Amino acid sequence: MAKITYIEHNGTEHAIDVKTGLSVMEGAVKNNIPGIDADCGGACACATCHVYVQEPWLEKTGDKSAMEESMLDFAENVEDNSRLSCQIKVTDDLDGLVVKMPESQH
Amino acid sequence: MSDAGVIIVGAGHGGGTAAALLRQYGYAGPIRLIGEEPAIPYQRPPLSKAWLKGETDAETLSLKPESFYPEAGIELITARRVAEIEPAARAVRLEDGARFSYDHLILATGAKARPLPVPGADLAGVLSLRTAADAEALKARLGPGKRLAVIGGGYIGLEVAASARALGSEAVVIEKEARILARVACPALSDFFTDYHRARGVAFEVAADVIALEGADGQVTGVRLGAERVIACDVVLIGVGAPPDQSLAAGAGLACQNGVVVDAEARTEDEAIFAIGDVTWRPMPLYHRMFRLESVANALEQARQAACAIAGRPQPTPEVTWNWSDQYDLKYQFAGVPFDADQVLVRGDPADAKFAVFHLKGDVILAVEAVNAAAEFMGGRQLIGQKRPVDPARLADITVSMKEVAA
Repeated sequence: MAKITYIEHNGTEHAIDVKTGLSVMEGAVKNNIPGIDADCGGACACATCHVYVQEPWLEKTGDKSAMEESMLDFAENVEDNSRLSCQIKVTDDLDGLVVKMPESQH
Repeated sequence: MSDAGVIIVGAGHGGGTAAALLRQYGYAGPIRLIGEEPAIPYQRPPLSKAWLKGETDAETLSLKPESFYPEAGIELITARRVAEIEPAARAVRLEDGARFSYDHLILATGAKARPLPVPGADLAGVLSLRTAADAEALKARLGPGKRLAVIGGGYIGLEVAASARALGSEAVVIEKEARILARVACPALSDFFTDYHRARGVAFEVAADVIALEGADGQVTGVRLGAERVIACDVVLIGVGAPPDQSLAAGAGLACQNGVVVDAEARTEDEAIFAIGDVTWRPMPLYHRMFRLESVANALEQARQAACAIAGRPQPTPEVTWNWSDQYDLKYQFAGVPFDADQVLVRGDPADAKFAVFHLKGDVILAVEAVNAAAEFMGGRQLIGQKRPVDPARLADITVSMKEVAA
């Protein structure tokens, strides 16, 4: 388990215990958290699970694949700490992770 | 408005999502979600891909955990069928006699696999793939040494062929048209996928008429293509399309074409009844016509439309329709529909297994089909939605990045 805090664009916070092995996206979807639609179910095919990883967690979430980079290039409101949450696997190291949702997904 | 609430008929990807969204959007009335399958709502796309290969489990497949429904105050009714809608009384009657009233009804009944009208189609080992139970039955018959015959060279057929190869089975794809994906993709894509599958051991029979399925002791043993020609197999997957399951809507007197007719907020001609997903005949605002889409993206867009309308939220922005398919290491993503296209343009080289095909009318992109080319897919989808003219020469030039093309 890792405690992950999802912050909606309007500031509403959801602190959830997410099972390791799931993705950060799955943790949100299974708990019906607004703002992460994940239309493709985690196939890195839609960019509707875009989040901003809050420091100091960015490095711990690992590197983006070329596919994720390309998807994010055309997502809305992209920042340096943008990730697709379906591509971040939850590990014990991510206990305490905080992610925020972009305006385009509210 | 009474306090009867919302009834959703069909607990698939669209119906399950509509129920969850209603709660996200603050709808406080009763919600009943009625499905004929025993399972809680789950994602269908992995059934032919990751799930079939054993790379994902039932828990991952579920849209939400089982505990979500009672916690969210959603009454999930599984393994029961709705027999009839009574639109005048605003009620539905179940086959077991139960009757529920509604303020709003959402039909999310999806599509049913089209049967193959040939002798032998009822033999054991002749399967289709729509549900988790179908996928279980298929998986149980695949494995090393097994021979799979896929009838129908569409996405499901090709995905299953690829998964079967990964499981060590032999696979042959039998297609009635002269090329696979004839209904849904351009010839360049058909050629590419044919070559890619062939190189991975899949055989193809195109322009082939299936006359009968042959069997022994009630079990399928072959596909007969002509007087002299039988393709031996242990299991047959029929993937020849899926017509809309619109009998409830038609029985209620709602207008139906190739799907239940809905408007831009997924409402049928009865203001209390919505329909979403594969079962709908829907407006395509970018293309000024009605069409039927079979995709998760479509089901979710209409789930949002119906949930917004019922919860009194502003309608979401219309989306550019899109879909994807995973085969081997290929990620195939496509967006838009090439209605009225007068130019087809290839960006990149199919030999590299990284390229995109754009369909344009004049200098406006109508559709894009992208193989391992996420930037082309995302950039193309954006340009389709904006209807912004592009320079076709720059679009075809891979030294000009998609960001620059779209700038």
